[in-house]
Amino acid sequence: MIAPAETTKTVKLNVLRQDSPDTQPYWQHFEVPCTPSSNVTSLLRSISANPVTADGSTVAPPAYEASCLEEVCGSCTMLINGRVRQACSTLVRKIQSDRPNEPITIAPLTKFPVIRDLVVDRSRMFENLKRIKAWMPIDGSFNLGPGPKITPEEQQTMYPLSRCMTCGSCLEACPQFTRDNQFLGAQIFSIARYYNMHPNGKTEKDARMEVLMGEGGITDCGNAQNCVKVCPKEIPLTESIGVIGRAATVYSIKKFFSK
Amino acid sequence: MVQKRVIVVGGGLAGLSTSMKLSEEGVAVDLFSLVPVKRSHSVCAQGGINACNDVARQQGYSEWEHFDETVFGGDFLANQPPVLEMARMAPGIIDLLDRMGVPFSRTPEGNRDLRLFGGSLYKRTFYAGATTGQQLLYALDEQVRRHEVEGHITKYEFWEFLAPILDDNGRCCGIVAQDLRTMQIRSFRADAVVMATGGNGLIFGQSTMSIICTGSGTARCYQVGARLGNPEFVQVHPTAIPGEDKCRLMSESARGEGGRLWVPRKRHDSRHPNDIPEEERDYFLERLYPKYKNIVPRDIATREIFYICEQGYGIGGGQMVYLDLTEKATGIPYDVLKRKLGGILETYEKFVGVDPLLEPMKIYPAVHYSMGGLWVDFAKDEKTGGLRKADPRNQMTNITGLYAAGEADYQYHGANRLGANSLLSCIFTGLMMAPGIKKFIASQPPVAEHAQSLYDGAVQKQQAAQTKLLNSKGSDNPYMMHRELGKAMSDNVTIIRCNSKLKQTLNLIESLKDRFQNNLGLPDSGMWNNQSLGFARACWDMILLGEAVTAAALAREESRGSHFKIPDDMINHHDLPLEERALQRDDEHWLKTTLVSYVDGKAALSYEPVDVSLVPPRARNYGKVTAPPAKAPAAPAAGAAA
Repeated sequence: MIAPAETTKTVKLNVLRQDSPDTQPYWQHFEVPCTPSSNVTSLLRSISANPVTADGSTVAPPAYEASCLEEVCGSCTMLINGRVRQACSTLVRKIQSDRPNEPITIAPLTKFPVIRDLVVDRSRMFENLKRIKAWMPIDGSFNLGPGPKITPEEQQTMYPLSRCMTCGSCLEACPQFTRDNQFLGAQIFSIARYYNMHPNGKTEKDARMEVLMGEGGITDCGNAQNCVKVCPKEIPLTESIGVIGRAATVYSIKKFFSK
Repeated sequence: MVQKRVIVVGGGLAGLSTSMKLSEEGVAVDLFSLVPVKRSHSVCAQGGINACNDVARQQGYSEWEHFDETVFGGDFLANQPPVLEMARMAPGIIDLLDRMGVPFSRTPEGNRDLRLFGGSLYKRTFYAGATTGQQLLYALDEQVRRHEVEGHITKYEFWEFLAPILDDNGRCCGIVAQDLRTMQIRSFRADAVVMATGGNGLIFGQSTMSIICTGSGTARCYQVGARLGNPEFVQVHPTAIPGEDKCRLMSESARGEGGRLWVPRKRHDSRHPNDIPEEERDYFLERLYPKYKNIVPRDIATREIFYICEQGYGIGGGQMVYLDLTEKATGIPYDVLKRKLGGILETYEKFVGVDPLLEPMKIYPAVHYSMGGLWVDFAKDEKTGGLRKADPRNQMTNITGLYAAGEADYQYHGANRLGANSLLSCIFTGLMMAPGIKKFIASQPPVAEHAQSLYDGAVQKQQAAQTKLLNSKGSDNPYMMHRELGKAMSDNVTIIRCNSKLKQTLNLIESLKDRFQNNLGLPDSGMWNNQSLGFARACWDMILLGEAVTAAALAREESRGSHFKIPDDMINHHDLPLEERALQRDDEHWLKTTLVSYVDGKAALSYEPVDVSLVPPRARNYGKVTAPPAKAPAAPAAGAAA
């Protein structure tokens, strides 16, 4: 239970703080002990334990979200040196590999309203899951026997999509997704694809397509392809966007002919 | 007529299963969680979920065998009827998860695939790659979202449970909770409350648990009179990546799929592991346990790793052994293991920087699971041997109307949990107890009729406690106190326990209690999203739970499952194998459940018998080749059944 000994050094942190949703952001600088395998969540934890700035003032420590520390829960999404990342899997040695001794800049996501410091309100992603009926509409939880057979190939397509942890990285990186528009974004398009694929989820496909073709829907995707580059789980987001795009075409033709 | 409501605290697998089932039964649910429910710690579970299945059945397996494996794996400390019920319901639970769309890994024919897991010689573990907990949690999260949209479930995410509210009859009739953003404290009425708040790994500092797993939910019920059951039983998982902030779990499925533990035969062998030939490797679990090999149960594997490192054979002489998934060691092609274990391979590579399919992993045991927790009742069905369906007593704590489920309870895993049984017990308890809760609330006067003053008083009490914390101006930082607690608990109350060290730990805990109450200093006294406040509160809870765990461990003078006691005068006998230094299992004196109550600010111990009416206790060994000492476990007392 003891980590092998590593050399401790000090790293400089620049943290973009904000005391509440309606106040102005401001920078604060810290110097924290670290080892090469320290992650950014550990650096923030060090500040919580000893919240003294680089020039010696004692402050309230920066607030941040974190839970699993192993990149499966999606809590700790933030901007580190300008890139959207999970703070728990961002290791000092990786960010400083070509810039040793450079300060590390930590800032909240820009596409979601700030609550405090690095904590932002990501409820929009969850509200959108409700809009596209992101569930399998089963006949209740009594034992009604197994589900349908799924081939290994289908499972190998579905499983990567099921790893979406609603972290918000894709939306942060997406030029079409802004705070005040309705764009659904890659997160929703890929999850919709997942539910549309499954025999039980398929029953709600039409309802989903109505939403995906409405305001902020699939036609607003500008094909920047930033999403797939930043997804920490390497979900094939652009492939999903392609699938939804085709499904939208099929759906509009079907609607046209069934008028 | 005001509709009756149930509060569920905790949004992991147990909390979501309970909420979903209650909602289906027409009960309104208020679900509270510190984090958005799909970020609950259940998301970290990796290996799989157990159930009897058609293939295993044809090889001789059965639900009874699953039940027997579980109570045997738990060293006979678990009450047996609840475990039997769980094993019987397991196949139906897998079918339900399947219909919910969990992307289980599949066979060529399109059926659900199976893998081998700890403590069984049959393949009875269903899985989704190596991230099964995530897929199960998301499937239940989605079902609850549907119920939320339909109006039956109201979620309170980013809310912290502060305390249960008890009426003058001692019935739990609601909770006090705090909005973590606005810091508003308010009360919530409920006709019953369910605690599904998980385990308490954080009391050990480093563990495989998420940082929200402080055990605070359990501790806050304990402080108003809920008893704990078997808190001293803490699972230390054999294979984790050591780390300063967290020990990241490397699932047992790595071994179930062919991974092998080994150390170099030569002490301090400085060669790269890929350069050490087979004949110079000691695959020590295969050597010692020819039948179960690398998948002996966790407590046994952990002690063997501890011992081999104690003897100086760890990598570089340190506390580390190899877990080898390379094709050279396993004979399994790269692509096959990549597909089956992808999630954990990625984790290892992200945090250590090495592809574990090309170079053996370096691992060491870490605290992983709390077998103990809130004591809960059960209603035995004499006809079936399992549980009486829809009985309100199932899963109720000793506080009327306060229930517990999942890792937060103590009921299913005895002295040691088998792998892939936790995902099962979480979902099982939720689904099983909901009809009983519905019956309970129907039989009680509605809490809507309780005086508002009861609730207002509870809120005022919490506000006063908060004000006191916010005004703390001492020099003891809660983060530092937690670090001290964690180090002592990790060093003294995990794999090996000896009374002198346990007493030392209790002394430290007494001083931590005193320092907390008289010298606490809070880094943040603001009233908007103040995380230091939450941590300080949790620090107190962890100190109390640490006391309960340590006091119970001190009192239990035997070894059983994960609790391994070495007498003080044997602690330095490094020349002897661990089993020869330790106390043996002693059914005559210790086949009983430890009960801990919070009395006058301290942990007070008592005991009750275990229901072993279905399977008489027998010696627990997994065929170790080196014979343990001649002393056999004492025969169980006549009439040991409850």
